[in-house]
Amino acid sequence: MGQFLQQLINGIQIGSIYALIALGYTMVYGIVRLINFAHADIFMVGAYMGFFLAPVMARVFGGAFIPTIIAAMLITGLLGFIMEKLAYRPLRYKSRLSALITALGVSLFLENFCALPFVFTPAFRKFPDLIVARNIPIPGNLGLNISNVLLLDVGVSVILMVLLFWFVNKTLIGKQMRAVAFDKPTASLMGINIDVVISTAFIVGPALAGAGGILYGTTYGMLASPFLGIWPGLKAFIAAVLGGIGNIPGAVLGAYIMGISEAFATSVNSNLGYGIAFAILIGILLVRPSGLLGKFMPEKV
Amino acid sequence: MRRLFAIILVCALVASVGVGCKKAEVLPTEQVVNMGGIFPMTGGSATFGTSSKQGVAMAVEEFNTAGGAMVGGVKTTINYVNEDDTGAPEVGASAAQKLINQDKVIGIVGAVMSKVSLAVAPICQAAGVPEISPTSTNATVTLVGDYIFRACFIDPFQGTVMANYAYNILKVKTAAVLYDNGNDYNKGLAEFFKAGFEKNGGKVVAFEAFTDEDKTVDYKAQLTKIKATNPEFLYLPNYYASAATILKQARAMGLNVPAGGGDGWDSPDLVKIGGAAVEGGVFSNHFSKDDKSPKVQDFVTKYTTKYGEAPDALAALAYDAAGLLLDAFKTAGSIKGSDIRDAMKNTTFSGIAGAYKFDANRNPIKAAVIIKIVNGEQTYLTTVNP
Repeated sequence: MGQFLQQLINGIQIGSIYALIALGYTMVYGIVRLINFAHADIFMVGAYMGFFLAPVMARVFGGAFIPTIIAAMLITGLLGFIMEKLAYRPLRYKSRLSALITALGVSLFLENFCALPFVFTPAFRKFPDLIVARNIPIPGNLGLNISNVLLLDVGVSVILMVLLFWFVNKTLIGKQMRAVAFDKPTASLMGINIDVVISTAFIVGPALAGAGGILYGTTYGMLASPFLGIWPGLKAFIAAVLGGIGNIPGAVLGAYIMGISEAFATSVNSNLGYGIAFAILIGILLVRPSGLLGKFMPEKV
Repeated sequence: MRRLFAIILVCALVASVGVGCKKAEVLPTEQVVNMGGIFPMTGGSATFGTSSKQGVAMAVEEFNTAGGAMVGGVKTTINYVNEDDTGAPEVGASAAQKLINQDKVIGIVGAVMSKVSLAVAPICQAAGVPEISPTSTNATVTLVGDYIFRACFIDPFQGTVMANYAYNILKVKTAAVLYDNGNDYNKGLAEFFKAGFEKNGGKVVAFEAFTDEDKTVDYKAQLTKIKATNPEFLYLPNYYASAATILKQARAMGLNVPAGGGDGWDSPDLVKIGGAAVEGGVFSNHFSKDDKSPKVQDFVTKYTTKYGEAPDALAALAYDAAGLLLDAFKTAGSIKGSDIRDAMKNTTFSGIAGAYKFDANRNPIKAAVIIKIVNGEQTYLTTVNP
C-alpha cells in the first residue's frame, strides 16, 4: 500500500513537469495547427537560465527560487516570441509541412547552438540548489516519502495552470485566443488581431516550459547537456496528444496519466518500463483516436 | 599534325613515368604517420574523453621525443589524430571510417565506452587496423576479431571483485542492483556482480533497470521498489553522472545503505554532482594515483606538470594503451596492421596500471584496486589480484 502510494506520488511529480511542457505544445497547436518541436528546447533553455541566473538572483534578491523562475519565464517567453516572428510567421500561409520541417530545424538549431563552447557548452552542469531539499514527516507507518521539492513541483505547476485557465477563460485576449483557435478567418473578420493572438500563444507556452525547466533543474539537481529537453519534450508531446492536442485541460490530464503510468510500469518491471507506458498510451488512442478530451471532428465532404 | 601531337604526348608520358620512378627511389630520411584516437569529448562522459586524450597525447609525445620507430630504415614519428565520438556508437563508427580511410592511421586507441568500442571494432577488424581500447570492459569487445585489444580488465572480473568485496569485507548479505540495460558495460557488471554475490551465498533482493542513463533523470520509481526490499548494499554499475543522481535520490528517500560501483564512477564530477550522497561509496578501478609504486608516482608527477591536474584511471589506461600500441609498432618496425597486431599479441609491457600480457582473447591479465570516497576525495583502499 505504501509502495503503491509512493509510486503514485512519484508519477504525479514527473507528471507536473510534463504538464508544464505539454501546455505549450497544445496551445500552439490549438491556434496555429503547428507541432512546435522546438518547444522541448525552450524547456532546456529555461533550465539553463536557472543555472546561470540563480547565483545572480540570490545576490540581488536574497532568495533565489521565485526571482529565478520569473526571470527564466520572461526569457523563454521572449525566445518564443522571437522564434515565431523569425521562423514561423513567414511560413504561416504556406503548407503546414513546411512549418513542421522548420520547427524541426529550429529544434536542431537550438540544441546545437546551445552546445557550442561559447554558449552553454555540452558539459555536465550541477544545478544550483534553489531550495534546500528536505523530507516532510508523514504520520502513519506507510513509509511514505514526501519532500518539499515534490510539493514545490506540484504547487508551482498547479498555480501556473490555474493562472493559465484564468487567462484563457476570463481575459479578453484569452477569449480572442479561443476564437482564433475555433475559426481563424472568421475571428480575423471580427476584428481580432491574429498576429497578436499568435504571438501571445508563443509567449505564454514557452514561458510555462521555462518554468518547467526550473522545476526540472531543482528536482534533479543537474543539467546533462543542451540535449536534455528531447526526452521530457517527447513525453510531454505524447501527453498532449493523449489528452487531445489543442485541448488545455486535456494536456494536463494526459501529462499526469503519462507520469503515473510511467512510474507504475517501471515498478512492475523496470526493463519494460517505458514499453508498458507507451502500450497504455497506444491502447487509449486506439479507443479514442482524438485523445481523451479531444473532439472528434470528421471532415465534411 | 595530330600524329605529331600524339607522339609528343606519349613521349611526355613516358618521361613523366621515368621521373616518377626516380623520385620514388630517393627515400626520405624521416616520415610521419598518423595514429588515431576515438573518445567522447562532449556529452555526459566528456571528462572521460579529455583524460583519455591527454594520456594518449603524452604517450605519443614521449614516443616521438625518444626517437620514434625505424620502419624499413626510415625514422618514423607519430602524428596523433583525435576524434570525438560524443558517446554514441554511430558517431564512433564514422570516426573510425574517417581515421582509417582518410588519415590512414597505423592503429586506433579507443573507445572509452564498450558500446562505442563494439561499433568501432568491426570496422577496424575489416580494415586490418589494430584497435586498442583503454577502458572498454565488456567481455565481447575483443571477441570481434584478432585486431582488437584492450588495456583493462573485463566486466566479469570487475563485477566479481565488487561482489567479493561487498560480501567478504563489508559483510553484507543482501544487495540491490540498479543499472542501465541499454549499455553493454552496465549490464555486464550488473550480471557478474549478481552471479558473484549469489555464489558467495548472498542474495540479490532487487535487480532493477532503466534505459539509457544519458536520457534518464528520474530513478524514484525503481528506488521506491528497491527500498521496499530492504537491501544492505546498493550496486550501481553506471557512469558517474547517473550513479551520483541515483544516490542523491536514494538518500533523499531514506535509503542510506552503503553503495558501490565500477570504474565508471571515476570522475571528479561524481562528488560534484552527488555531494554528501556519494560519501562512503566504494568502486573498483584500474589505477589509483595514491598507489605508492615509483612508476605510478613518476607518471603522476609528469602528468600533473603537463596538464595541471592529477591523472585519473582513464588517463593512465589511455597512456598505457597508446604505449602498448606504439611499443608494438616499434617492435614490428612496420606500418602494416598485421605486423603490429602480431607484435602486440606477444608483448610483455610494463605500464602504469600494471604489467601487461595478453591472453588468448587479447585481454590483459592484471590487478584491480578498490577506491573509497572519503570526505569527497578518492582514497585508495586495496589492490585485488586476479
